Amino acid sequence: MSFKQDPEKHKKPKSNFSRRGFLQGVGISSGALTTGILETQAEAQTGAKVEGPGEVPITLEINGKPVRVNVEPRTTLLDTLRHRLELTAAKRVCDRGTCGACTVIIDGKVMYSCSVLAIDAQGRQIQTLEGLSQNGRPHAVSQAFTNNDAQQCGYCTPGFVMAAKGFLDRNPNPTYAEVKQGLGGNLCRCGTYMGVRKAVLEAAQAMKGAQNG
Amino acid sequence: MANLPDYHWPPMGKRRVMGKPMNRLDGIAKSSGAAKYNSDVKPEGMLFGALLTSPHAHAKVKAIDTSAAQKLNGVEAVRVVANPGTEVQWAGAEIAFVAARTEEIANDAIRLIKVDYEVLPHLVSEEDLSKTGNRARAVGEQVTGDPEKAFKEADAVSEGHYGIPVLTHCCLEPHGQTIAVKGDHIEYFPSTQNVYGIATDIGRALNIPVSNVHVHMDYMGGGFGSKFPADVWGVEAAKMSQSSGGKPVKMFLDRATELSIAGNRPSIFANVKTAAKRDGTITAWESQTWSTGGIGGGNVNGQLFPYVFNKVPNRRVNHTAVSVNAGGARAWRAPIHPQVCFVTCSALEDLAAKLNMDPLEMFVKNLNYTARADLYKFQFDKAAELMEWKKNWHPRGDSGSGPVKRGLGLALGTWGGAGHFSTCKTTIHPDASVEVELATQDLGTGSRTMVAMIAAETFGLPVSAIKVKIGDNSYPNSGGSGGSTTSGGITSSTRKSSMNALQKLFEVVAQSLNVTADELEAVDGRIRVKGNPDRGMSFQQAAQKLGVNSISEMGENNPRQAPQEGLNTGGTGGVQMADVSVDTETGIVKMNRIVAVQDCGLVVNPKTAESQVFGACIMSVCGALYEERIMDQQTGRVLNPDMEFYKLAGIGDIGEIIVHMDIREENDRRGVIGLGEPCAIGGLAAIANAVANAIGVRVPRVPLTPARVLAALERRTA
Amino acid sequence: MQPFEYAHPSSLHEALALLGTQWGEADVLAGGTDQISLMKEFLHTPKRVVNIKGIKELGGIRHSGQGLRIGATVTFDELASNQAVHSEYPSLVSAVMGVSSPQIRNMGTVGGDLCQRPRCWYFRRGFGLLAMQNGKSLVPNGDNRYHAIFGGGPAYFVSPSSLGPALVALGAKVKLVSSSGSRTVDVAKFFVAPQNESSRETALLPNEILTEIEVPPARGVKNATYEVRQKEALDWPLVAAAVALQMQGQTVGKARIVLGHVAPTPWIAAQAEQALAGKSLTGDTIEQVAQAAAAGAQPLSENGYKVQLTRVAVKRALLAASGKA
Repeated sequence: MSFKQDPEKHKKPKSNFSRRGFLQGVGISSGALTTGILETQAEAQTGAKVEGPGEVPITLEINGKPVRVNVEPRTTLLDTLRHRLELTAAKRVCDRGTCGACTVIIDGKVMYSCSVLAIDAQGRQIQTLEGLSQNGRPHAVSQAFTNNDAQQCGYCTPGFVMAAKGFLDRNPNPTYAEVKQGLGGNLCRCGTYMGVRKAVLEAAQAMKGAQNG
Repeated sequence: MANLPDYHWPPMGKRRVMGKPMNRLDGIAKSSGAAKYNSDVKPEGMLFGALLTSPHAHAKVKAIDTSAAQKLNGVEAVRVVANPGTEVQWAGAEIAFVAARTEEIANDAIRLIKVDYEVLPHLVSEEDLSKTGNRARAVGEQVTGDPEKAFKEADAVSEGHYGIPVLTHCCLEPHGQTIAVKGDHIEYFPSTQNVYGIATDIGRALNIPVSNVHVHMDYMGGGFGSKFPADVWGVEAAKMSQSSGGKPVKMFLDRATELSIAGNRPSIFANVKTAAKRDGTITAWESQTWSTGGIGGGNVNGQLFPYVFNKVPNRRVNHTAVSVNAGGARAWRAPIHPQVCFVTCSALEDLAAKLNMDPLEMFVKNLNYTARADLYKFQFDKAAELMEWKKNWHPRGDSGSGPVKRGLGLALGTWGGAGHFSTCKTTIHPDASVEVELATQDLGTGSRTMVAMIAAETFGLPVSAIKVKIGDNSYPNSGGSGGSTTSGGITSSTRKSSMNALQKLFEVVAQSLNVTADELEAVDGRIRVKGNPDRGMSFQQAAQKLGVNSISEMGENNPRQAPQEGLNTGGTGGVQMADVSVDTETGIVKMNRIVAVQDCGLVVNPKTAESQVFGACIMSVCGALYEERIMDQQTGRVLNPDMEFYKLAGIGDIGEIIVHMDIREENDRRGVIGLGEPCAIGGLAAIANAVANAIGVRVPRVPLTPARVLAALERRTA
Repeated sequence: MQPFEYAHPSSLHEALALLGTQWGEADVLAGGTDQISLMKEFLHTPKRVVNIKGIKELGGIRHSGQGLRIGATVTFDELASNQAVHSEYPSLVSAVMGVSSPQIRNMGTVGGDLCQRPRCWYFRRGFGLLAMQNGKSLVPNGDNRYHAIFGGGPAYFVSPSSLGPALVALGAKVKLVSSSGSRTVDVAKFFVAPQNESSRETALLPNEILTEIEVPPARGVKNATYEVRQKEALDWPLVAAAVALQMQGQTVGKARIVLGHVAPTPWIAAQAEQALAGKSLTGDTIEQVAQAAAAGAQPLSENGYKVQLTRVAVKRALLAASGKA
């Protein structure tokens, strides 16, 4: 909701922090100014690149392919995937790093894409659910979710599938108890957990079979 | 004219598709991320909406200044809904909307809107009735029999206080839509349980004929009763689209707003007195209840008390509705039943404990007070067997010396669930492809799959041969998905339209086989003569006889005629039992097991039916142990409009769940009955009873948090 | 979120030069699990965000005879997967594993865990760190079920840090570095109960970066963390207790017993420590120590249960440390 009080507001800035670059961008968050406002004191002093606050061009490695997109530094990876790249499998539900619906795999690890800035995801391998299917064939985890009816409305499902994939990559032979513990970062409202548990165990078998075969 | 086809369901033993567990048709689409929800769609030129809400629970808008927002580059529309003079009645109430080129800009613009409020006094909590003042309104008293006399003559009287708070639906896909209004046409992509009806809702609000409203929704991310109307955010998004020259506007609520204003389940607080004879026969019920559903108060049908056992002869029922300054209630899986069930089954379990009686024995003993004694008897027996009740139950509190106490509890529920009005069109094309179209929706219940199964059964074809087209209001009218009315409605209309189409095909084929249409049957991909399976042709060959024409036939489920037709009906029963362990040092309740035995008449797809019951049991765990809307009287705000402190059970929190679908000939004969609501009723009460059984004392208020469990234990010791 | 400038320096020197001297000028970003949410709620509206994950010297775990050095950007997952940490610092491992979301363990950093802001719902809804309205805290008369039972105000939030109690118990220090120098601060002193709305709950200054944590050797120190959490899935502890016991044969020499989620800082249960010193870990002693741990608690209207949970957490942490759990 947008009625939050600003706890910082009563504090008067007294420092000589350079806000030149920033002030140019205030209210022009739309990207009317993109780059080119980088001559802050800091950059002059250190050479570290300061970007934004307007849109900046970034390159993301998504499902093995480089993707160029313009985003403001404040835009999350989740919103970039959903709003700018038409990759809508990851869902925005709590948007605060609690529910797991936005789960993607970054450099081999499951993460909440709602709590990663897109600009910060550069140079890392991002895997979304869209990238799991191979040649139009669903991934073993997706298939197992269907076989075990591990989904109802399906809105938490993409996050769960990614969390399960990440879990199985690290723990290919899980016990039932490990499955219950290993997927504690995802929530479902319809109540599909019984199916999810079975699906993850089935997927583990299927993935092993695929490797052996 | 040919005879009307025989629409009756094939007998149980003769079904090839119905009654067999089947993967949902859209399973892979959902689990591979291909499924596009309406919160995922992004039509060309789409604008992003944002909403400014009231920070105050009760206030008058004195002035509102949107000029800075309007000037912000990228903003295309600003609409004020709370103009000066408007009195807002809850925190989170809609004040103004913005549509902009990006979501970031829309949110920036929202923060540039300045609102001057005159803050007014508010009440946000109903739990302490003595503090609700003139916001409480007595709804009246109902008396049956002579409760006073019955209490006087009773062998045992039990008194208790019980409370179940307001919950919020917390749909994972928030409420909202993408909508485009171009001239007098509306393209509408809502997240809704009401694909057909919502067109009328939005059309009316914009004064555009419903014939010009196109609604489309392939998938939706949870509704649970809260997603029927177009809502303010739908209408305002439409108007912003209008004012920006027809650009589509996407406006979905953020999580905090979703949990604050997009619907909730009313609370009930109750003081209950019950009486029984020594043998466990319930003789009297007296309840004073109060509840809130928001500013309008919260009514409860007193006839529901005592729940299911409502033929108890002596009853006094009082209810008070409390109006609070908080977001309004909406329907929630089995409106008011879980609450009334919790109050009733808790009070009756307490009464059984007072009599030192096994509650199972007492519940069974009083089944003649219910509408369907035989059904419940069977279900209690079955559940007791699955729970090993006799072996595992112990008298209240008699649960050993260690800190972890185990206990069992039970409850029962009932619901209607007869099919709603539904029309359906089935088309057989000359190439033998079959299409079924109806403006229903699949909320995740598996309705899409059910439609395909019914048509496949009817045509003797595999499910893969049926193309199901739902989620679009250009298809024939089918009701909104509420009250567990969908299954009965859509299966019946699909059956009838498909039988009607098949009958037409029979008529075409009959001549060439030299028989009459009513001598034919469709089995295993063939149209053949009854009793003479070799005489016939493939469905493919039959369809080819249509030449260039196709057959399109309608079918209708009309609730008024449905009882005579026998395809669907209402009235289900279910019982649930819970097995918990309570750590009496920490007050933490762990689920061991839930057993659910559930009747829903003819079960079309046992797989998705079972999922419904699993889900309902898990929702019951959430309500029993974790979730509640927490209001702050000082600030008037919801304190936990997030998924961190609005707690839901995770995958490790639910124990094991055993579902037994009560599939028996005598239930099956009644036809299809909806399942979404009935299974979502008893679980919470069963868990609360199990905890009382485990720790030897009633925890009066759910959710059963460590704080409440420890407080109850302390009272017991004192 | 408010727009901000973004920098991704590769050296600490560069990063420090990008910081401001007042809060609100620049925020440090590491794992993002709290920082991004704070910005979404407009609780933090930095003009610049400095991402420190690319700074090599802030990563890595080093274990030696001198103890453990944990870089600030080491993730929870990295910490829990480290063999040396497993064998010598089980209290850190259970604290980390108590965060039962693999996603958060993969993202969240140890530095971020210490610097994250309180979860107090008044703070998170915008009423400030001390939740003051009209000169009065909203907490005592509000819903304080998750608030502090120690400290006595004016701050009633609880320190959300998972590692804080264990690190205090182990006698760890943090290194805070600014452009003008660096200082090493006991973790016990890093956490501060703010006395007014303009202070923060840690000793960190706006121009500083928490670069690493130094944990003394713990060989022979029995240490354990026990968290009371209602849910198995991701959930905040209601109360936590960390213990570190220097053993002298069968008796406890120096005992550190530190509570979490009961005060605005990790809370040293001094009376409990005294009650344990010089004793052996018998059931009776553990019971007495657990009772002493709650001494001085001042519960609010809705959080009296935390007194009981404090005792249980201490008891179970001691049992775990003594290998009897």
